[in-house]
Amino acid sequence: MRNEILTMNTPLISAQAIEKSYAKGQMKVPVLRGAGLTAQRGELVSVIGQSGSGKSTLLHVMGLLDSPDNGEVMLDGRRIDNLSPAARDQLRNHVFGFIFQFYHLLPELTLLENVMAPLMIRHSFLGFWRQRKQVRTQAQEILQQVGLDHRMKHRPSELSGGEMQRGAIARALIAKPEILLADEPTGNLDASTGREIMDTLIRLNEDSKLTIVMVTHDEAVAQQAHRIVRLAEGRIATLGHEEAA
Amino acid sequence: MYKILLCLRYLRTRYIALASIISVMLGVATMIVVNSVMAGFSNEMRDRLHGFLADIVVEARSMDGIVDARRQMALVEDAAGEYIYAMTPVVEVPGMITYKDPITRETLTQPVTLVGIDPVGKSNVGPLRSCLDSYNPVLEGGVVVREALRGADEVLGWELTQTAAEYRKWRVEEDRQLLREEGLISPLEDPAGTPTTAPSEQPIPVPDFDDGPIEAPTELVESGAPGVDEAPDLNDVFNDRPAAQRDPSEPFAARVYLGEQITSYQTRDPKTGAISKVSFVHPGDDIILTTVQAATPPQPISINATVVDIFRSGMSEYDGNLVLMNIEQLQEQRGMIAEDGDAITSIQIKLHDYADAEIVEQKLKAAFPPGLVSVKTWEEKQGLLLSAVEVETAILNVLLFMIIAVAGFGILAIFFMIVVEKTRDIGILKSLGASSGGVMSIFLSYGLGLGIVGSAAGVGIGLLFVRYINEIEDVLSMLTGRKVFDQEVYLFKEIPTQTNISMVFWVALGAIAIAVLASVMPARRASRLHPVRALRYE
Repeated sequence: MRNEILTMNTPLISAQAIEKSYAKGQMKVPVLRGAGLTAQRGELVSVIGQSGSGKSTLLHVMGLLDSPDNGEVMLDGRRIDNLSPAARDQLRNHVFGFIFQFYHLLPELTLLENVMAPLMIRHSFLGFWRQRKQVRTQAQEILQQVGLDHRMKHRPSELSGGEMQRGAIARALIAKPEILLADEPTGNLDASTGREIMDTLIRLNEDSKLTIVMVTHDEAVAQQAHRIVRLAEGRIATLGHEEAA
Repeated sequence: MYKILLCLRYLRTRYIALASIISVMLGVATMIVVNSVMAGFSNEMRDRLHGFLADIVVEARSMDGIVDARRQMALVEDAAGEYIYAMTPVVEVPGMITYKDPITRETLTQPVTLVGIDPVGKSNVGPLRSCLDSYNPVLEGGVVVREALRGADEVLGWELTQTAAEYRKWRVEEDRQLLREEGLISPLEDPAGTPTTAPSEQPIPVPDFDDGPIEAPTELVESGAPGVDEAPDLNDVFNDRPAAQRDPSEPFAARVYLGEQITSYQTRDPKTGAISKVSFVHPGDDIILTTVQAATPPQPISINATVVDIFRSGMSEYDGNLVLMNIEQLQEQRGMIAEDGDAITSIQIKLHDYADAEIVEQKLKAAFPPGLVSVKTWEEKQGLLLSAVEVETAILNVLLFMIIAVAGFGILAIFFMIVVEKTRDIGILKSLGASSGGVMSIFLSYGLGLGIVGSAAGVGIGLLFVRYINEIEDVLSMLTGRKVFDQEVYLFKEIPTQTNISMVFWVALGAIAIAVLASVMPARRASRLHPVRALRYE
């Protein structure tokens, strides 16, 4: 099955020869020096590297949170990194789902509202009002899937780390994204909770054929992916399928 | 949707925002209260100014007046009769009043304006009855301490009230007693009206006048004894009359309504802070009025007059200056009575509708020969005072709006803080697909929300304060033990207020606009945050 996926021609997303540097005072600090990454539909790719190797930046560039200085990001064969801000906002809302190391739930909203947030952003006030019941049911179902149906009315500050991360996954899923971009999803969790989160992600990948690009520095976590991309100093160090190798 | 939800959540959860709401609220409430009270005061003042001036005044340019009141009034009637409700002839001249301090028996002289009126005619062009002491009960601390001395339907005139007449009798008796004690008259020389003092060839020194009743010089004059300082003038005054002996308890032919503040003053007890009024002259007392004759060059004349009533319009411009006198006496004394008609100095006119004032003014200006008279509306006559109040109100409004502007800067500072605090959330929203405009509108609507809540609370508090301002004043007076708003000082029964709906609307709108403007800068900053840097922000 994995082989079938690997042999598909057009990758769902690909970042090619990305260069990106940040200005630090007078100095220009290069972060990405021609790194690239592709992911086929339904693939689970992990990006591994030391701190400062540029793996998070690569993820941000792919998810249109940041623009590359050089290089291209293609979605389904179409270039997306040079689109207008409005179109980029739309893509972030419709196509990408983000999961962060520090969960990044909005502290003023309840878990249920946090999960509904992407759809609130997508729809206008009236549009949302018309389908609010439907959205609510949808959010409740997703929270049930990740096992948080008893926590819906709680604020993020009242949840544990694992619960918050599962809440964040639920938030990423409600928008029905094509690609899930996870930035160190287990980085802030203890080993057993981290394993639970990974199980959830793998299950999503297997059951819903969700394409996942995951950044981590944890070798054990990275090993669970179909393919591992190693980054060092902004360049690809090893490209290959270590599990298969 | 998320914008409104987040904006409402921020409003509810950020207590620091409460500070901005309170500052907006206080600014709005202060503006409403101050404006209402200012409008109330100025309204009340306009009413009073207006009331005593009538709508339009046709004034002769010369103090000598213009002859034939009847003809002039017919001229007015012809020119603009259909607009005119009533008019009355008036003689207005500057003069002096001389009266006596009943305790020290010193004589006091003050400048005044003498106004000769026909009380009934005058009451047709403005409120007169409500200003006269004898028609109104006397209140002290809200309690009636003296009922009205005359019935409300009693025709206005120049008769003494029963009380004043009795007071006058008592006064005359007292004075005579005093003279007797000082040996100025012998008991045998009673009763009334006999020449009381020294023979004419031995002029009585000044202090003697001081010691005698005001009638005394008159009596001297009547008996042909120019004994005191005023005697020559008084002699003139009464020259054309038979030198009949007169009963001193009988009032003079010249009668006046005396402005309250001319012969009285207020003292404040240094211990209790209570204000009390000291009056030198009461209805029934006599005074001397000095003015000039309508002749060239003007000759000074003095008129003995009896105070019939005290008037109190509430405007110190009038109460401290005007002495209303029976017009025919004033005309007679000033030599304004002529065969071809009595002269007057002005005609006061009341219109059916004050809105027509300008038309009438134009018509009257055209009707009179140029240069003879000036035609003015009451507003033009009091233009300086009215424009001073307007300028005052405008300056006050500018200053108070500064308060709201200060509140605006408070909002600006607080919002910058909130934007910094919410930096990561802004990054999250952007990663979820929120546009820069969306993020900006969160903070703009947050500012709008603050403005609306603050303004609404301010309007509520302001209106409540205005509604219960007198009750609040009572409580404050009770707490401090001192009248905060002393009706004796301000001549108002209670604090006058007038709330203008459009004023409230503009104040509230202005405050909301300032709150929104203050949030523009922080909101722009929020919208420009780079999502990645915002997400990494710790």
